[in-house]
Amino acid sequence: MSVNGAASLLALVGIDTYYGQIHILEKLNLEVREGELVSLLGGNASGKSTTLKTILGLVQPRNGTVEFRGENVTGRTTSYRIKRGMAIVPENRRLFGPMTVLENLEMGAYLNRDGRGRKEDFERVYTLFPLLKERRNQLAGTLSGGEQQMVAMGRALMSHPKLLLMDEPSMGLAPILVERSFEIIQQVHQSGVAMLIVEQNANMALSIADRGYVLSTGRLVLEGPAGQLLEHEDLRKAYLGR
Amino acid sequence: MADELTPQVPPDQPRIGVDEWVASVEGKRERYRGPVGWLRRGWDTAPAGARLLAFVIPAAIFPLVTTEGNLFRYGLITLLYALLGLGLNVTVGFAGLLDLGYIAFFGFGAYTYGYVASVHTGHHWPAVPAILLAIAVAALIGFIVGFPSRRLVGDYLAIVTLFFGQAFVVFVNNGDRINFWPFNRTDLTGGANGLDNIDPLKLFGWTVNTTKEYYWFTLGAFLLVIILLYLVSESRTGRAWKALREDPLAAEVMSMPVNRLKLMAFVFGAAIAGFAGAIYGSVQTGAFPGDFDVGLLITIYAIVILGGAGSLAGVIVGALVVNGVPELLRDPNQAEWVFYTALVLLVLTKVRPWQKLVTVVGGTLALGFALVAIADAWFPRWTAGEPNTGKLAHWVSHWMLLPSHATQIANWAYALTIALILVLTLLRGWWRTIVMIPTIYVGAFAWENLLVEQTVGATRFLLLGALLVVLMNARPQGLFGTARVEIV
Repeated sequence: MSVNGAASLLALVGIDTYYGQIHILEKLNLEVREGELVSLLGGNASGKSTTLKTILGLVQPRNGTVEFRGENVTGRTTSYRIKRGMAIVPENRRLFGPMTVLENLEMGAYLNRDGRGRKEDFERVYTLFPLLKERRNQLAGTLSGGEQQMVAMGRALMSHPKLLLMDEPSMGLAPILVERSFEIIQQVHQSGVAMLIVEQNANMALSIADRGYVLSTGRLVLEGPAGQLLEHEDLRKAYLGR
Repeated sequence: MADELTPQVPPDQPRIGVDEWVASVEGKRERYRGPVGWLRRGWDTAPAGARLLAFVIPAAIFPLVTTEGNLFRYGLITLLYALLGLGLNVTVGFAGLLDLGYIAFFGFGAYTYGYVASVHTGHHWPAVPAILLAIAVAALIGFIVGFPSRRLVGDYLAIVTLFFGQAFVVFVNNGDRINFWPFNRTDLTGGANGLDNIDPLKLFGWTVNTTKEYYWFTLGAFLLVIILLYLVSESRTGRAWKALREDPLAAEVMSMPVNRLKLMAFVFGAAIAGFAGAIYGSVQTGAFPGDFDVGLLITIYAIVILGGAGSLAGVIVGALVVNGVPELLRDPNQAEWVFYTALVLLVLTKVRPWQKLVTVVGGTLALGFALVAIADAWFPRWTAGEPNTGKLAHWVSHWMLLPSHATQIANWAYALTIALILVLTLLRGWWRTIVMIPTIYVGAFAWENLLVEQTVGATRFLLLGALLVVLMNARPQGLFGTARVEIV
């Protein structure tokens, strides 16, 4: 099954998630391997965000397991999973607006109290995003959309994640910035971080991904290498409009 | 592709999508010219130590130039309020927790101090252990209340803590006849009469006795706490509180221990309130249930919100305004000055352009003198009233009608003022300017003939309320608060 022989990093096995009586995710199986960039696509109310919440432990599935780095983390808290190496760039970025860029990054490294390690983390993020170094004393809320995206990614990378989850990175960005944003995502991916991107912009998300999954009303309807999905008849009809 | 589409922007303007907001903020800052701009920039760039000195130096000079009574009313009480404000600022301002039981911790501090240092129990502990115990008790109670409530947010936390605050008042009111093991027939709190004859603070052989000594002691305590809070606010924990306040969910997915941080803020605030309570108990040599009720809670909230939640300097200024203004207004002569100064400032700053300003000022003056002249000639009863005492009131009496049968008319004038102000809000342009003239005059009439005589009672709180409304309208984020930056 494995494409490039890499080990499994995250695996959702037979996940059923409910909100009250409403069945949101049905028998969901999903995998992200080390160093892979995976896109999770779907329209409104298809269960994309719930999938992310289930991965992070913000909601608990009724059935099924979440495995992360070979460990069953299903019953574990969010903060445990983050300590084990998950990080998220939330929908709409959710920066701490009245705090500086530097402080925002620091909050990302909240668990890391080791001064030297933290310095290295800052260097790593600054190398990826030189702009953030220039802007480190500026309030995050005063940045433009694209810059905020960088801060949000930098903040997530501060905790040395093995897996970076991204919720709708293109949301609320001008078209020109969406492109720039995906360039950034690719750049971060090339630095060796595995990623799971939840997106509505299927074209963009698949163009940089290794593999993709397509959700529809809580069920997986398609999965496969990104290139094949891009050419897939149904997907093109449903999402790409061509 | 993208590059071709990028519009060409002149080099002196911010690039599109980049830093537009920042540029506009910087522009705003540049706009403040003259002394205001100079002060603003100075304050923004001054190091924290210098800002603290800007408060310490006047605070240290104040007792040397004022009377004992004024030092108590303006100095000591303001300091105590400010100290209380600092604690609330941690819970509400730093961490964003709506704690409506805050005053109970203040009460616990005062009662604990009274319990170990008064004739009530016969213990007479010196200040240091007694204060430390008061802080510890308040912090412990804060922990006990906060522990089950730490998962609560917003309204729910507010309701639980409000209940706790009221339960405290009921408890101390009835704490003189506790009748269960191990307190069989114990008088724990002195009931409705409270604890009296609480000892003054005894500090290494120095007994704090006079107002001046209490002022110095409280100033020292205040400086200690504010420096500590500054360090905390700049620490990892302080920033985590701020992050938590801004976005709890984002804080959680950054794996911050959200519940523990909330509990810490809650306990920290409670401890400071306990400290203030111990000082308060010794200052007034007693602790009475009525002192720890909702009224004080509202005052302290007004201080924190007016100053700008989360700002340390704001707490000081908030306490000065909220305590100072009603005290100033207590004396009708001073109230007279405050009223007219505020009126003149309001007109000068709010009426633009100068044509309208001239119309309003000239019109109001002319209206007054004309009315007095007409009344002198044909309706002598309308100027037969006695002018109020004081130089300013004497000048005003040449311009203002002072009927001998004032009270009834002034009541109507008061109602008419409110009606006119409401009408003003509906009008635009020159109509607004014209109606402003009678509004000011009728308002001043109500003031001269009715309100100024009742400054000790209702008037000063009325004015304080109006002041707070105006200030919060002008700066919704508080005087020293940073404007909330909405992230779109």
